[in-house]
Amino acid sequence: MRTAQKIKEVLIGKLILACGVLSIAVVVLIFVFLLRDAFSLFDSYPLIDFITGRKWYPISEPPVFGILPLVLGSLLVTAIAILLAIPLGVGTAIYIAEVAPGWLKEILKPLMEIVAAIPSVVLAFIGLTLLAPYLQGLLDLNTGLTALTGGIMLAFMALPTIVSIAEDAINAVPRSYREGSLAMGATRWQTTQRVVVPAAMSGISASVMLGIGRAIGETMVVLMVTGNAAVMPTSVDSVLKPVRTLTGTIAQEMGEAVFNGPHYFALFAIGLVLFVITFAVNWIADLVLYRYREGE
Amino acid sequence: MSGARRQLVFEKIAHLVLALIAAIAVAPVIGIIIFLFIKGGPALTPEFLTSMPTNGMKAGGIFPAIVGTLYLVLGTIVFAVPVGTLAAVYLTEYATQGRLTRYIRLAIANMAGVPSVVYGLFGLGLFVLLLQMGTSLLAGSLTLGLLVLPVVITAAEEALLAVPQAFRQASLALGATRWQTIRRVVLPNAIPGIITGTVLAVGRAAGETAAIMFTVAAFFLPTLPDSPFSQAMALPYHLYTISTQVPGMPEEIKWGTALVLLLLVLSFTLTAAVVRARFRRKRRW
Repeated sequence: MRTAQKIKEVLIGKLILACGVLSIAVVVLIFVFLLRDAFSLFDSYPLIDFITGRKWYPISEPPVFGILPLVLGSLLVTAIAILLAIPLGVGTAIYIAEVAPGWLKEILKPLMEIVAAIPSVVLAFIGLTLLAPYLQGLLDLNTGLTALTGGIMLAFMALPTIVSIAEDAINAVPRSYREGSLAMGATRWQTTQRVVVPAAMSGISASVMLGIGRAIGETMVVLMVTGNAAVMPTSVDSVLKPVRTLTGTIAQEMGEAVFNGPHYFALFAIGLVLFVITFAVNWIADLVLYRYREGE
Repeated sequence: MSGARRQLVFEKIAHLVLALIAAIAVAPVIGIIIFLFIKGGPALTPEFLTSMPTNGMKAGGIFPAIVGTLYLVLGTIVFAVPVGTLAAVYLTEYATQGRLTRYIRLAIANMAGVPSVVYGLFGLGLFVLLLQMGTSLLAGSLTLGLLVLPVVITAAEEALLAVPQAFRQASLALGATRWQTIRRVVLPNAIPGIITGTVLAVGRAAGETAAIMFTVAAFFLPTLPDSPFSQAMALPYHLYTISTQVPGMPEEIKWGTALVLLLLVLSFTLTAAVVRARFRRKRRW
């Protein structure tokens, strides 16, 4: 081999390696950026007040940056979403994998892919113009922009993630398990319920984790349909009142925050909180999925 | 035998409930699409698509937002497709299955999970401010490029893995180098899969809002962008502003904009599905 070619070969190898490790670099870089700006806030504003503060008044004098109402707002909306999305998503996955005839699968799966493809801002627009006025009239509320409205829209957005990963997990259950159960006289439903679903449980749990990650990080829907009131959602009827989430706060306020001011740094600190939460959720899901792949 | 019979009745009920659940899960998407066509359809005139917004966006068309989104998408794939494909080449052709690849895969999974608004913050901090690109198409494209990178890598990797090992061995046995083998044998056979990933990434980038809010998007800009350093309007951000920030906005314009965005994104998704289906049918090995 000629020397020039050898050099080219080595250089290209290095370039490809660089592209390969870029994703690690990006994740680390995002973390470092968020951490740097978040710490600029904690120089002047105590971390403990940031995390446990019950008031978010970013433009009062002096500003108050307590993110507890935002964290609870995010958790409330996500909890509503996931309570709706688990039965719908897992049920749909079981139906597609175990019950539906072939032609129906060919309709249901593309429909789910379409749901996944619809831009979040379009869904948010639908929530704002159709669902919110409908819920307002139905439940006789002051405003239709509530945690419940956001939760319903987020549930819909988390569905494709849950359905596709849970369905993969169910399909990965070896055929012999089903055959063994059926041969012992169990009905198809008994087999699904007692053999297939328990065997696929780790994959189903991972699908739910990823659905939670998707819901907690979603921005446009919560920004446009939850009403954005930074109040502590402490009572049961908070479900039917406006709330404000972590993502919604960043999107709402970044345009007005003064560059390198405390408010700007506070929004990066919220970004850090979001990054840590979603990283943890995805990491756990990955561990669960990895274990179940290893188990095959 | 009444126990067995009861079990069969029970099975029927269970299957019916599952069918109902699946119907509830997919019914909204059908409803949403029908609604968008009914309410947005009448707005879709050639003038709406090709003219500038006028009267504080309350009249006229959405031409600059469409153009801005197309430029953004172009910028995104110019960055994400080569980098993502080479990353997939690393994972399938170069890497040994060790700790580094495990970390790379974990990083890719996490990149896919990072909220888009956090990408927006990162793009603002790195591209707009630190690298001084300003609020621009370039900064927005790079931000979106990072956001869609996992989509491109995953699709390209799947395509590369589908190329039979024998192709590589034959090429290497003829004296080709590793890179020659990849460039002349492996990549050409993986093109349809890479295209699928690219089109999916385009659909994702075209519909993304939170990541472009602080990196590129202009509220109202009645001129077309003339360089990569220009601010630009974009369809998703335009839909957000006209449906929340502009009082008295005519319903028809809002629904029309939402429909255009949906059709744009779904056309990419459909293209990806068609390419994938044809590729699977035509595969010769």
